[in-house]
Amino acid sequence: MSIEWYVVLSSLLFATGAVGILIRRSPIVILLCLELMLNAGNLALIAFSRMAGNEEGQIFALVVMVVAACEVVVGLGLIVAIFRRKLPLDVDALRELRG
Amino acid sequence: MSSTAWAWLVLLLPLLGSLVVALGFRALPARVAGAIGTASIGLAFACAVAVLIGLLGEDPESRHHASSLYEYASAGGLDIELGIYVDQLSAFMILVVTGVSALIHLYSYGYMRSDEGYHRFFSYLNFFVFSMLLLVLAGNFVLLIVGWAFVGFASYALISFWYRRTTATAAGMKAFVINVVGDIGLVLAAFLIFQQLGSFDYETVFETAPQVFESNQWEVTAICLLLLVGAFAKSAQIPFHTWLPDAMEGPTPVSSLIHAATMVTAGVYLIARSHELFYLAPTAADIAAFVGLATLLVAGTIAIAMTDLKRAIAYSTMSQIGYMIMGVSIGAYAAGLFHLMTHAFFKALLFMAAGSIIAAMANRQDIDRMSGFWKAMRFTSLMLLVGGLALAAFPLTSGFFSKDSILAYAEARGGMYLWMAVGGYVGAFLTAIYTFRLIFRVLPGRPCEEAQHLIETGELYHGPAINPANEEREDAEVGFPGPAHHIAEQSRPMAVAMAVLGFGALFGGLVQVPGVTNVLFGFLEPAFHDSPLAEVHPSVAHEWRGLAIGAAISLLGIGAAWLLWVRRPELPGLFRERLRPAYLLALHKWYFDEAIDLLVVRPALAVGRFANDVFERVVVDGLVSGTAGGVRGAGGIVRLVQSGFVRGYALLLVAGFAGLALYFLVVSA
Repeated sequence: MSIEWYVVLSSLLFATGAVGILIRRSPIVILLCLELMLNAGNLALIAFSRMAGNEEGQIFALVVMVVAACEVVVGLGLIVAIFRRKLPLDVDALRELRG
Repeated sequence: MSSTAWAWLVLLLPLLGSLVVALGFRALPARVAGAIGTASIGLAFACAVAVLIGLLGEDPESRHHASSLYEYASAGGLDIELGIYVDQLSAFMILVVTGVSALIHLYSYGYMRSDEGYHRFFSYLNFFVFSMLLLVLAGNFVLLIVGWAFVGFASYALISFWYRRTTATAAGMKAFVINVVGDIGLVLAAFLIFQQLGSFDYETVFETAPQVFESNQWEVTAICLLLLVGAFAKSAQIPFHTWLPDAMEGPTPVSSLIHAATMVTAGVYLIARSHELFYLAPTAADIAAFVGLATLLVAGTIAIAMTDLKRAIAYSTMSQIGYMIMGVSIGAYAAGLFHLMTHAFFKALLFMAAGSIIAAMANRQDIDRMSGFWKAMRFTSLMLLVGGLALAAFPLTSGFFSKDSILAYAEARGGMYLWMAVGGYVGAFLTAIYTFRLIFRVLPGRPCEEAQHLIETGELYHGPAINPANEEREDAEVGFPGPAHHIAEQSRPMAVAMAVLGFGALFGGLVQVPGVTNVLFGFLEPAFHDSPLAEVHPSVAHEWRGLAIGAAISLLGIGAAWLLWVRRPELPGLFRERLRPAYLLALHKWYFDEAIDLLVVRPALAVGRFANDVFERVVVDGLVSGTAGGVRGAGGIVRLVQSGFVRGYALLLVAGFAGLALYFLVVSA
């Protein structure tokens, strides 16, 4: 199988994630879409690593997973905090950062 | 100990006194503070005597020493040291300054006893003495400027000593501003000296100047004229004199010490110190001599019209300094300094006596209200008379010898200077008239209300506490003179100080009687040997002829004053009627204040207003608020991006990445 299919799949996954972030309002779904985008990246990394025949891409993918795990911890923590404060679980309603 | 070591002590003691009194003002009782202040100056005088003894033990030609404590700045040919220069001139000056200061401190010890600011007064006064000593002992122009500026500050602080009196603070500011104009002249002169001669050090400057400059070269003339601006401002010469009469708002000991005996003679010292430069710039020296002559005549006429006791004496001070400036400018260095010394004695004495009388008048200074003090205050009156006699150059008093030694020198130089001598004699006639006008109006006659009160009860008259200048009410708190005053008859320190000065005023001239004694000139003249002008000596017969003329003029003036104000008291009124324009001219002080107001103050104000209304409001504010408005507008646009929608940010991010990706695609294709 040629490398293109992997890259196309990865791009599709990435685009799906990006569109999900842009159109959904629930923070949980946005987190899920973020994970989707990260893993699209991982897929591309591993595919290229395989093509090049060395392990550097795989190591990168492992690092991305760690970062993703951390990010999920922070993200879920934020969501729990929002919930505890009885704030709406809607990213459009939470716009105190407006300049 | 060497004489320079003693000279450092002379400098140190007043500074120490000032600091101790200032820092210990809570701990020290008032009397102790006064005693410390007085003692520090007394000790400084003792050290100055030690300097003199040290110098006298040496060969007259080698009586000059420079000493440096440390190098202040040394870079690129610049070499400034914290150094002093001790020679006959500075030794003479520190003796006069510390001697008169010690006596005036003693006088203040009694006179200011009831003032709420007693500590402050002594601290300022000691600081002044320190600054003045720094000025005369400095070994280079930089340190001279430091001392020069310090005395300016001390003068300001002491004129405004009663800081709640609006007239006093205004007078202090006026004095300070005019003195700063002089400071600028002096600083520019120092720059020019360094540019031309490459040094600030006295010894180097005066040694190299004759090799660098030709006579009347414009650079040396410019240096001398700039030095003169400083000298005129400090010594209250025309046109920088208007601050001195106003400075009489300060306490009387201050008028006596700073504005008569010491600080205002700094200009005379400066010209004498830089006599090598003035010898190289005869034009500048002649200008100085003419200004001195003009000042002595103008101030003499104003003093005749003044009705304020202290202001009349202040104009007399200006006039006498005119003599000194004229003397040191035409080459009569030792004679000018001789007059400086005798003037310090008799003018300090006159102010002390005036202070005593003003205290008895409950702060009133108007001589129209005064009369009959001879019966009320015998000692003060006697001292006023002694000072007046010396000022009027009554035969055999100190002023008699010193004034005539200047005029005799002017005569001996001949030519144009002969006319200066004639002008000086006219001034001497005016001096005798205005001095005895004061004396004849204050001392004889029926005692006025205040004097009568003193005779009957033996206590001072207490009027309502008001400012005599503008009739404002005052209270007894700090910042005002306070209700209680002191006169020499009831205060021993004041009497002692006045008696010593009275002795000096009467007999101080005997150190230098032509053909008989030559103590002062013999000591001072080696310091001026490098100027050929110092070689001009009037013959003894010449001098005695001058003295005879001076005696005749003095007696004539006193007689005229007696005729006008005792024998025929209706005459002055008649003169006022007949010579109304001349009287008005003198009464309005030759309209100098008005002229300066018109020529300097108003244009400066107009420029200031223009700068405020147009430049500041339109240009500067326009720039500032234009910048602020631009930033605000740009910020407003950028603000729109910060919508607070997380998805909006994400969109921007994605759009940015997409844009970047597109760009690279296009570039690589």
